[in-house]
Amino acid sequence: MTTTSRRSYGVKGAPYAFLLPAATLFALFFALPIGYAIWLSFRKVKVSGLGLGSGARREVWAGVENYTDALTDNELVDGALRVLGYGCVVVPVMLGLALLFALMLDSDKVRLAPFTRLAIFLPYAIPGVVAALLWGFLYLPDVSPFYFVLERLGLPQPDLLDGGPLYLALSNIAVWGGTGFNMIVIYTSLRAIPAEVYEAAKLDGATPLQIALRIKIPMVAPSLVLTFFFSIIATLQVFNEPTTLKPLTNSVSTTWSPLMKVYRDAFGTGDIYQAAAEAVIIALATLVLSFGFLRAANRRNRQEAAR
Amino acid sequence: MPNTKRSRLFKVAASAVAVTLGATALAACGSEDKDSAAESGPASLTYWTWTPGMDKVVDLWNKGPGKKDQITVTVKKQASGDTLVTKILTAHKAGKAPDLVQAEYQALPTLVSNDALADIAKNVGDAKDKFAEGVWQQTTLGTDAVYAVPQDIGPMMFYYREDLFKKYKLTVPTTWEQFAGTARQLKKVAPDKDLTTFSANDSGLFAGLAQQAGAKWWTTSGDKWKVGIDDPATEKVAKFWGDLVKEGAVDNQPMYTPAWNKAINTGKQIAWVSAVWAPGTLNTAAPDTKGKWAMAPLPQWSNSENVTGSWGGSSTAVTTDSQHKAAAAKFAAWLNTDGDALNALAKEGGIYPASSSAQLSGAFTTPPDYFSNQPDFYGQAAKIAKTTAPSAWGPNVNVAYTSFKDAFGAAAKDKSDFTAALKTMQDATVTDMKKQGFEVSE
Repeated sequence: MTTTSRRSYGVKGAPYAFLLPAATLFALFFALPIGYAIWLSFRKVKVSGLGLGSGARREVWAGVENYTDALTDNELVDGALRVLGYGCVVVPVMLGLALLFALMLDSDKVRLAPFTRLAIFLPYAIPGVVAALLWGFLYLPDVSPFYFVLERLGLPQPDLLDGGPLYLALSNIAVWGGTGFNMIVIYTSLRAIPAEVYEAAKLDGATPLQIALRIKIPMVAPSLVLTFFFSIIATLQVFNEPTTLKPLTNSVSTTWSPLMKVYRDAFGTGDIYQAAAEAVIIALATLVLSFGFLRAANRRNRQEAAR
Repeated sequence: MPNTKRSRLFKVAASAVAVTLGATALAACGSEDKDSAAESGPASLTYWTWTPGMDKVVDLWNKGPGKKDQITVTVKKQASGDTLVTKILTAHKAGKAPDLVQAEYQALPTLVSNDALADIAKNVGDAKDKFAEGVWQQTTLGTDAVYAVPQDIGPMMFYYREDLFKKYKLTVPTTWEQFAGTARQLKKVAPDKDLTTFSANDSGLFAGLAQQAGAKWWTTSGDKWKVGIDDPATEKVAKFWGDLVKEGAVDNQPMYTPAWNKAINTGKQIAWVSAVWAPGTLNTAAPDTKGKWAMAPLPQWSNSENVTGSWGGSSTAVTTDSQHKAAAAKFAAWLNTDGDALNALAKEGGIYPASSSAQLSGAFTTPPDYFSNQPDFYGQAAKIAKTTAPSAWGPNVNVAYTSFKDAFGAAAKDKSDFTAALKTMQDATVTDMKKQGFEVSE
């Protein structure tokens, strides 16, 4: 009797023991820092007198002040709108190209497929900062070979680092770098479609175009949802490209994207409390947008499955 | 010796307690330590600096005076400017700032306001006469305390392409009015060339120009700060450059870009308002035009004046976290006043010394290689350095500087009103100070 009960106790405890390392790591390196950031976002610094010398600076409770400041700050809202505009270019173009390339690579007639796949994927292996520097040089009229050619041909030379074209210039860097990765994800799931499906379609007289549109695309829909999900998150967190282009032009401010504003507040102006509040808001917005999209996508899938 | 183990144990226990009590307690514990134990006996100091070749200068100390006093300094190379300020403040928050740090003059109030710098008045007070008054005053913040020892300074000057000025029949401007005239005249004879550019990516340049015009951006009276970024002097400077940009007499693109390098290397831009360190920058940015540039004093606002601003320059400070403040202060004073040290600093680090006596000795008896055509380069530089206007830094220069980059960057791009951008800068600075709880008088 006693042995059984002891054994059952041991069995009950085992899962928790196995969970312990993961739970500890989660608490130490995930929950704790996030909790600390949230704690900081409700604090602020309070200076007394001239604020010089020791004891002149205290950390005090701020309530929701940092949050109201962030939400009423035009720079943060404008940054969000800029990123929205940027995302409207990047996400459709990047995923459209990725899908197109994946379908082309998957077709029977393609030659040199491994080489092409690698060539399209390669920019993804280049760090974002390096890519932005590389493109930045190409965008600067005085050093860019493109402008040299345009000038020789007597064609107009647009300023790519200003106004509307700036969005295209930034999007181009992201599309160049991200298409390959998304293509590989879609391509992998295309290869997983069983050959019988195509055979059946061909017997029914479907053309390659019809196969692509009616069979391949619907069957890789889950990967499309996944890549879309990743792309939204990446867009909301855009930081490298505008930060790298910033020294080259007056058009990119230090608060061009929301994350740049977080960086500026934390490390430029030294207000980590304000930066923490903004980081929390961005994290929440990212969660709501990305999971909102996932839920919507899942609901549609379920409806289609039911039909 | 048998005590070592116990004292180490005590230290561990003390710092554990201090960590739980917070950083203030730790700092207090540190300063006690200094007075009792660290005055004599061996000390090992860490020094955060971005000056190239500093390790070689520190070697002189470690093998010479440092060896005698058993004070060993270790250099930890850092990124320059604002990044280092953030890093020092973060380290200070954890009570782990290094003993010695390099800090730009405008960063000193920010560091002092965060209680990161120790008052070393009683250790380095007699170094005062080695420096011009305007330079020394920046390290005291107008108080009786001394928070750093000046290392290098950046008096501003006017650099121009001697050959192209001759070619386009331009005269070197001695007033800002003539400067504007020169810019316009150049546009007439060579429409695709620019005299220079108004760059919004280095706030120090604008701050220096305002300083020359007599601006006092931060002042105190009693317990209150006054922010005068939009004072008449600065407004005059902003309007002057804004008008030049608007009429297209000077370019509006930022400097230090590949495009700027090309412009000054090929003679598309033929002058540069800069500081004493310009030869180094020109050497990298415009290697093909070596020997074709000349240096002159900065243009003045009126014929009777003779003042300049400063752009750049830094000091050596001792942190409140240091366990050996007296030893650290001793090193800081040696580094910036000793003849051998300053010579080595000039040779290895390429700095222009703050110490007045060093400005005409050793490395500074011959012109920089890039300016071999101007034999009296450093003689003239020392004369100009003496005319540096006093500066007035406040506790949130970083906020004003970031605001400058955004507001003036946009204004330069749109060729719009620079005085409106100046107002934005003023408002952002005041708002931030009020948010932190500073009392700001209107």
